[in-house]
Amino acid sequence: MTLTKNVAIWMEAITQATMHGKLQCVFANDERVINGCFAIYALVADCAAGKIHQFGLLTEDEKFPSLTPLIPSAAWYEREIHDLFGLQPLEHPDLKPLIIHAGMTGDFPMRKDAVTCVCNEYHSPQPNNLPENLFEVPVGPIHAGIIEPGHFRFTQDGEDIVKLDATLFFTHRGIEKTLEGKHFDQAYFSATRICGACTVSHALSYSQAVEQAANCAISSRAKYLRIFVAELERLYNHIGDIGNLCAGCGFAVAVSAGARMKEALLRQNEQLTGSRWLRDYIRPGGVAFDIPDDDLKEVVFAIEDIFEDFCELTELLDDRPAFLNRVESTGVLAKTVAERLGAVGVAARASGIAEDSRTDFPYSGYGELEFDVVCEQAGDAAARMKVRINEVWNSVNILRQIVELISPVGEPLCAIGEIAPYTQAFAWSESARGMNIHWLMFGENNTIFRCFVRSASYANWPIVPYCVSGDIIADFPIVNKSFELCYACIDR
Amino acid sequence: MLAIIRRIFKTGIVTEKYSDCQPADRFRGQLRYNDSTACKGCNRCVGICPTKALSKPGCGVLVNYNNCIFCGECARVCPTNTLVHLPKDKLAEFGEHLTDKLRKSILSTLGRSLHIRHLDAGSCNACDFEMTALLNPVYDLQQYGIDFVASPRHADLLMVTGCVTQNLTQALKMTYAATAEPKLVLALGACACGGEVFGQSYAINGGAVDKHLPVDIYVPGCPPRPAAIIQGLLKALGKLR
Repeated sequence: MTLTKNVAIWMEAITQATMHGKLQCVFANDERVINGCFAIYALVADCAAGKIHQFGLLTEDEKFPSLTPLIPSAAWYEREIHDLFGLQPLEHPDLKPLIIHAGMTGDFPMRKDAVTCVCNEYHSPQPNNLPENLFEVPVGPIHAGIIEPGHFRFTQDGEDIVKLDATLFFTHRGIEKTLEGKHFDQAYFSATRICGACTVSHALSYSQAVEQAANCAISSRAKYLRIFVAELERLYNHIGDIGNLCAGCGFAVAVSAGARMKEALLRQNEQLTGSRWLRDYIRPGGVAFDIPDDDLKEVVFAIEDIFEDFCELTELLDDRPAFLNRVESTGVLAKTVAERLGAVGVAARASGIAEDSRTDFPYSGYGELEFDVVCEQAGDAAARMKVRINEVWNSVNILRQIVELISPVGEPLCAIGEIAPYTQAFAWSESARGMNIHWLMFGENNTIFRCFVRSASYANWPIVPYCVSGDIIADFPIVNKSFELCYACIDR
Repeated sequence: MLAIIRRIFKTGIVTEKYSDCQPADRFRGQLRYNDSTACKGCNRCVGICPTKALSKPGCGVLVNYNNCIFCGECARVCPTNTLVHLPKDKLAEFGEHLTDKLRKSILSTLGRSLHIRHLDAGSCNACDFEMTALLNPVYDLQQYGIDFVASPRHADLLMVTGCVTQNLTQALKMTYAATAEPKLVLALGACACGGEVFGQSYAINGGAVDKHLPVDIYVPGCPPRPAAIIQGLLKALGKLR
């Protein structure tokens, strides 16, 4: 963990680290009350060493060198810093507003002394001037189906997609700002409500970060209960997503089967934790309440049945040329592109990058479990589906192992003591979409001073537009559903 | 093809009536305030509520379900077990805008059918996924004559989720304007009903949907269970006595 005022040293350290590691995120923090200036942090994950390094830069003139010309995956993070902190990333290639579409007047909202922040009135963008053979298809933010809001602008040459512009952050709620000044126990409820489908993963990352800052060790039983529900979240997501992918090509039987199994899983979740989405179960300090071993076993039994059903569904998909024809070679993400743009999770693993934070940077007892990282090479929608299918196998296997390994006794929830002001900590978890990082700095009386959330969807969204060029517009639902990224996760 | 048909027959009918989909025992639903037990008046429940859903006017605890995220904190800190979550999920309430006249006009225009347009005004996607669940074979929303449509022009009811964000305010207003009369607005989930889940921020425009549109039905929950959403819709249609 380094913090420097020297720009050259900072750049050099990141350059060195990213040669054999991956830039995870870049974010800013208003540290004027501590260090007299703003700080820019970059997190770089080194899989080989099993470590995530943090590089901090103190910027005295509210400017910092842009990492984007060197590492393209930094582009959106730096635009966000520019929008919300008003810090200037020098030589950034494209600084148009990312978060608040029409830009803002007044103070920059994430600064501590911000008083008036007024969002300019937003008007839908006008059509661009295009050559005669091209036309634009604007879609969203209100879509035809039950989907989250995003504005997609396809530049078309007939049926072929030439270019896709994605405008996101429609559901930007400024959650990171609303957490500031709240006690971490109260802030928890907002932090886990960043996203519904990744709520466990957010709760896990957040809670682990709090515990790390407080130097609090939770019981082994609580750890296993946590990853038990984390795998339940992965299961319902993956099975639901595989069914949903079939909706992109009108395969109604598979859609119904996926939805039916997802419903069965959600009901198991409710039996176990009282919430279909496993909400508010993982808490800073452990879990909300203990679950008897018999209940865990019962859930695993029920899941074995659902799993059998699921295997029949995958057989149905395997030898269906009409279906495979739609998903194979659709939305190809080449390994080189995935590496360069910093893909994570299912998208990375389907493009031949064998990374999984559960094995690369084990947390919460994953290190004691046996499972392989699932990897495919093709990088298309079919490969992403195969990764999900194999991860369902993995998850069921992990649940079986947890039931065997879990220690019968252990305090479910332990108290968290006083955390010194300006303590910082970060933690991660693997959501169904990839690595989810929460970075926290504490203020006085156990309040949150700053919380930065890098969800898996944040890393992968900028990649989606690259994967559709050359496909036809009717393939976009398939490409989009094969990535299955949350809008709420990235928007925050 | 044969494999598919075989599969359909093997699965059989899985559809259930919404009234049969009862919550699990651990589900945190409606709050019960036991007057008989001695409430010490310690106000810990009011203090710990992260979304300001509880208040104490004199004696007793008043729960504003529109704000409640059903996290269970109030029941957890209550020293006398006066406050308990019951596994009851059907909490839909009419808004003050839903007059008998509007209800009659909707019933006479639409009969037994209702078409819904989903409108995400800044949700976390949990409510949206529960809405998707309404269309799965288990809940099979179409059995009640209700369905989702692709355009606000075809819709009778807007189902709004999320606390209204700055970026979605224009879309919210334009969609409402595009929906034909007579129309209903249903606020789904704690963000849309109460708007206190995150509090106020530079990116949130007011929060609750009723700050922008006249809301006819509130379906609280975080997220509401599918059965509770169906109950809300049927209540709006006046099918429930």
